[in-house]
Amino acid sequence: MSGEIILNVEGLKVYYRSIYGLYRVVDGVSFNVRKGEVLSIAGESGSGKSSMVEGILRLIKPPGYIAGGKVYYRNIDLLSLPEDDLRRIRWVKISYVPQGSMNSLNPVLNIREQFIDAILDHTTMTEEEAVKLALESITALGLPPEVLRMYPHQLSGGMRQRVIIAMASALKPELMIADEPITALDVAMVRSVIETFKLLREKGVTLMVVSHDMAFHAELGDRMVILYAGQIVETGTIDEVYSEPLHPYTKLLLQSIPRIGAKELKGIPGVAPSPLNWPPGCRFHPRCPFAMDICRREEPPEVEVKPGRRVKCWLYAEKAGVTGK
Amino acid sequence: MNSDSLIEVTNLSKVFTERGRLINALTDVSFKLPMEPMVLAILGESGAGKSTLARIVLGLTEPTSGDVKYKGISIREWLKRDSFTFRREVQPIFQDPYAVYNPSYRVDRVLELAVKKFKIAKDRRETRELINNVLRSIGLRPEDVLGRYPHQLSGGERQRLLIARILLIKPKLVVADEPVSMVDVSVKATILNHLRELKDKYGASVLYITHEIPTAYYIADEAIVLFYGYVVERAPMSELVEKPLHPYTQELIKLVPNPDPNSRKSLNEYLATLDKIAKAAEAGRPSKGCPYQNRCPFVMPKCRENLPPLIQVNGKHYVRCFLYT
Repeated sequence: MSGEIILNVEGLKVYYRSIYGLYRVVDGVSFNVRKGEVLSIAGESGSGKSSMVEGILRLIKPPGYIAGGKVYYRNIDLLSLPEDDLRRIRWVKISYVPQGSMNSLNPVLNIREQFIDAILDHTTMTEEEAVKLALESITALGLPPEVLRMYPHQLSGGMRQRVIIAMASALKPELMIADEPITALDVAMVRSVIETFKLLREKGVTLMVVSHDMAFHAELGDRMVILYAGQIVETGTIDEVYSEPLHPYTKLLLQSIPRIGAKELKGIPGVAPSPLNWPPGCRFHPRCPFAMDICRREEPPEVEVKPGRRVKCWLYAEKAGVTGK
Repeated sequence: MNSDSLIEVTNLSKVFTERGRLINALTDVSFKLPMEPMVLAILGESGAGKSTLARIVLGLTEPTSGDVKYKGISIREWLKRDSFTFRREVQPIFQDPYAVYNPSYRVDRVLELAVKKFKIAKDRRETRELINNVLRSIGLRPEDVLGRYPHQLSGGERQRLLIARILLIKPKLVVADEPVSMVDVSVKATILNHLRELKDKYGASVLYITHEIPTAYYIADEAIVLFYGYVVERAPMSELVEKPLHPYTQELIKLVPNPDPNSRKSLNEYLATLDKIAKAAEAGRPSKGCPYQNRCPFVMPKCRENLPPLIQVNGKHYVRCFLYT
């Protein structure tokens, strides 16, 4: 992965105020996305995946807010950019496929109309140009042109998702961020979405794909970031993470995946912690089979075991010469 | 109640009317579940008729024709004569564990109502004790889950509480309709292990309805593959995965995302198949012949004319395809 860095996230925090207290949903995440790669963001429900994406795109609504950190798209500081300028980047440079968006198509408009609305909303194109672009985007992803004449209810879930991806790619964004794009889809539909993303990558679009599905990531990703309890616990290439997971959470996660041929699945003991009250020390320590004394007291540092390969765990800290207080 | 089958489904059909159109959700489905506990997977994509089958077996939907017998007696008769026993012995687990709970009551109620309705305990103390024991047996601490409201628990915890409910009721047959498709990976394995235990430890049979082959592989003894409401294949689970005979089963297995990045295939591997699937979806259900004809890579002229019979290939392996006649 030698591509230049196009998105740089530093210490991003997204919190939500509530009558129960402060939910520290995203609690200091740092990573970057390199041009041309597929960055896989893995994590389970409650790990902060969606809030992280919404934070990057500044789509957090009250009572949520960005409590800290920086997000740079190339050299543009997204978090302090005036709203008007931000609108010129969203969709045009960075497009976004939110969770459940395949169900957000307008049921009374056909795909063509919705496509054109989206394009006209973000460009100065004429309607004629927009129609041409819609057709181009649809066929570029292997969808039949007739789709444009159809209404959302006439399309399967997978087709709707591919239409949304086509819309999001219409303005040839440099980066596309997709949040849980395959949830609730059938096998064939999942496969068609995977292959659609592969086509996009071939066309040079950089992708950041968020999913809890480790098989999906294995099929698509180049590099991977694992989120647990609002923090990044492991970073590496897909091959590194799958063949030699470092963090105990990642190890257990990979042993939990149902796969053809698997005889014994373990599952991870315990339950995911609450963002209202993260465990002290390492946030995974209550569920970790390797937890040591220090893990209960002190937050582990993020250790770089080799370039680009990072893990936030005390098991690796001492080898790297970092010790607790 | 002398019968050699726990469940006997005979020539079951269900026709729905949707906007004046007839939809054959199930056509001529027949199978038996033996008295000895087993896990039978019902596989297929959305629209295959899986959930309709589940609802008919649970006595929630009336078939259009054909019959389902539980312990040798038609479900219709059971509901007239002794619905109490039938409801106790045949229990559901649904996909969305949230929908089962009343949001304004504590989750305890779901367990307490089960004890009360099925007269499982004689007083409050015994009820408490039973509930606590059952929760501990599936690795939940009563103090962590009892007294809370549904929204305060994770999806995995809610689903595990429903497993606890099943363990209290001790049914003979559990109809589990996509019980893990909305649950996180780390808890998925745990719930699948509980379902296995229902058979191994508690002697219950499980009808496991899913679109996920890997999870079925993990817990099922045998599987039935449904396509557009027809049984297209039935086989012991491992044989189905290792030697799938029906072209649809072969397609399903080929398309499953693989959690091993080393076995990744190129885009071209799938394009022809996906193209066929998209075109077949447009064509809709065939009005005669094999239900799979529009997607089948081996389609012959007779497949468009006649419905292939379900033939026994060997011992327990059946397939509905002219390639094997």
